[in-house]
Amino acid sequence: MAVGTAPRRTPPASRAANRGAAVRHLPRLKTVLVAAAAYVIALIFLFPYVVMLLTSLRSQDSLRDVTFWPDEWVWSNLAGFWSSGLAGNLWVTIKVAAGSTVLVLLVALPAAYYSARHRFRGRTAFLILVLITQMFQPTAMLVGIYREFYQFGLVDSIWSLILVNGGFNLAFAVWILNAYFSSIPRELEEAAFIDGNGRFGALFRITLPLAMPGVITALIFTFIAAWNEFVVALTLTTTPEKQPLTVALNSFIGQYQVDWQNLFAGSVIATIPVIILFALIERKVVGGLTAGSIK
Amino acid sequence: MRRLRALEPLAWVGPAVVLIAVVVLWPVIEMIRSSFLKISRFGVVQGGNGWANYEKLVNEKDFADIMLRSVIWVVAVVVLTVLVSLALAQLFNQRFPLRKVARWALIAPWAASVLMTAIIFKWMLDPEVGVINQIRLKLGLIDAMGGAAADQLGDASTAMPWLVFVAVFVSVPFTTYALLAGLATIPGDVYEAARMDGAGRLRTYWSVTLPLLRPALTVAALINMMNVFNSFPIIWAMTHGQPGYSTATSTILMFILKSSDIGESAAMSVVNFGMVVVLTVIFLRVSRWNKEVA
Repeated sequence: MAVGTAPRRTPPASRAANRGAAVRHLPRLKTVLVAAAAYVIALIFLFPYVVMLLTSLRSQDSLRDVTFWPDEWVWSNLAGFWSSGLAGNLWVTIKVAAGSTVLVLLVALPAAYYSARHRFRGRTAFLILVLITQMFQPTAMLVGIYREFYQFGLVDSIWSLILVNGGFNLAFAVWILNAYFSSIPRELEEAAFIDGNGRFGALFRITLPLAMPGVITALIFTFIAAWNEFVVALTLTTTPEKQPLTVALNSFIGQYQVDWQNLFAGSVIATIPVIILFALIERKVVGGLTAGSIK
Repeated sequence: MRRLRALEPLAWVGPAVVLIAVVVLWPVIEMIRSSFLKISRFGVVQGGNGWANYEKLVNEKDFADIMLRSVIWVVAVVVLTVLVSLALAQLFNQRFPLRKVARWALIAPWAASVLMTAIIFKWMLDPEVGVINQIRLKLGLIDAMGGAAADQLGDASTAMPWLVFVAVFVSVPFTTYALLAGLATIPGDVYEAARMDGAGRLRTYWSVTLPLLRPALTVAALINMMNVFNSFPIIWAMTHGQPGYSTATSTILMFILKSSDIGESAAMSVVNFGMVVVLTVIFLRVSRWNKEVA
């Protein structure tokens, strides 16, 4: 499966010196046992997603047979998804995820850059506000969100989903970008400024490219969070065609449906890409989430 | 000109503040306000309602059970998650071939939508064709598929453990990764010193590793607590809080109430909110207390 495409990254963990002492005394048998245990656990964590994939490849008739492996491998199920009604819901998901990501970047980049480079009145208050936001979850204030967007007349609108997803993921983006911008020496930017680039030229030509790992992390993180979001969309959308994929798939399981494997094809399409995307940024996400909460 | 400079931060930071205010702060205020209003089923405000929404909420037949279950749910999931993650972090911190790939497999439940994972588990627990029942059948744990014993989600006594299992399943990856990051910051000479002092393996773990891991542990547990308390998709997708309200937590009750009485639902949200704050404060107290003792 996609496991083979694991990003080649040198794990900083392996550099930890503690290994040195421990490993030398590790008997070979123990390495084997450790590896075996780790592989089994890895398989357990992959198992549901393997089941999902296998189920999505079964023929429609065999779906309620007691079997693990598909009797025949119906790869066309995955293609069939695109002509089902769910394709429209996937399109909504894509629009919401892309919209939220653009919104977060547009809003977080200047805020993170400015608060990393300048001291100004209210800077601390702003950073605390961001921190508190990170602790908030939309689920906890669902009623308030519903009431607010009801008053705005934005219920059942894609814009409300973009706004909410953007707002709740802003904290992570600001935090991780702020850390990146702070780590880039101011002198680099000033040198570029002196070399005749304008303030913005220096920003775009020097600082932003250096902060790119942070930007990409924030980008993918927001995209995935909005892509996976369920509760707010469940609350704010009522028309089936305007619901993102998560909500549409959930309403699938409630009713008796003949085309079950559209559900599984849909979940495969909704799940596999984000797992791969997430693997690219996982290490920075841990840092971003935990650092944000400690300070 | 100087006034213009004073406005400069506003231009850079302003949009972020506005977005947070509109999407995060406003709903909190709106939620608290709504909890004191009488609101019709169609969303029309019919005037103030004092504490009536709260009274109605507290007098719900299942309220006490649901609140107790919510606390147990959070504590059980977080404690189990931390224990499992501590073990897994230790395991995945060892050196073995293909470690990167094995660690990578751990990411799946973290990256995938919690809802999707819950849907798959519901499918795997299907009384008639679910793979989990196939395994149980082979192991001789049930007699037949499709029977009452096979329907694990149909009864609270078996559904609740499965819900906890799924919640732990999706929480463990992040927690393990956070702990692995924590382990990586522990310098090797600390272990060297412990060995010199003749500390055994368990003793070293208990007196050296665990205390040094505490910051990572605290943060990970705190983030988990927030997530688990607000964890809605797992229960919603797998049992809808049924049968009756027997697997419902306060978040589920809040959502169910939303379609009958928005004011009461808002009251539930406010109570929820209060509980999150209280749990957080208690948790921080406890972990600081531990630090002073250690």
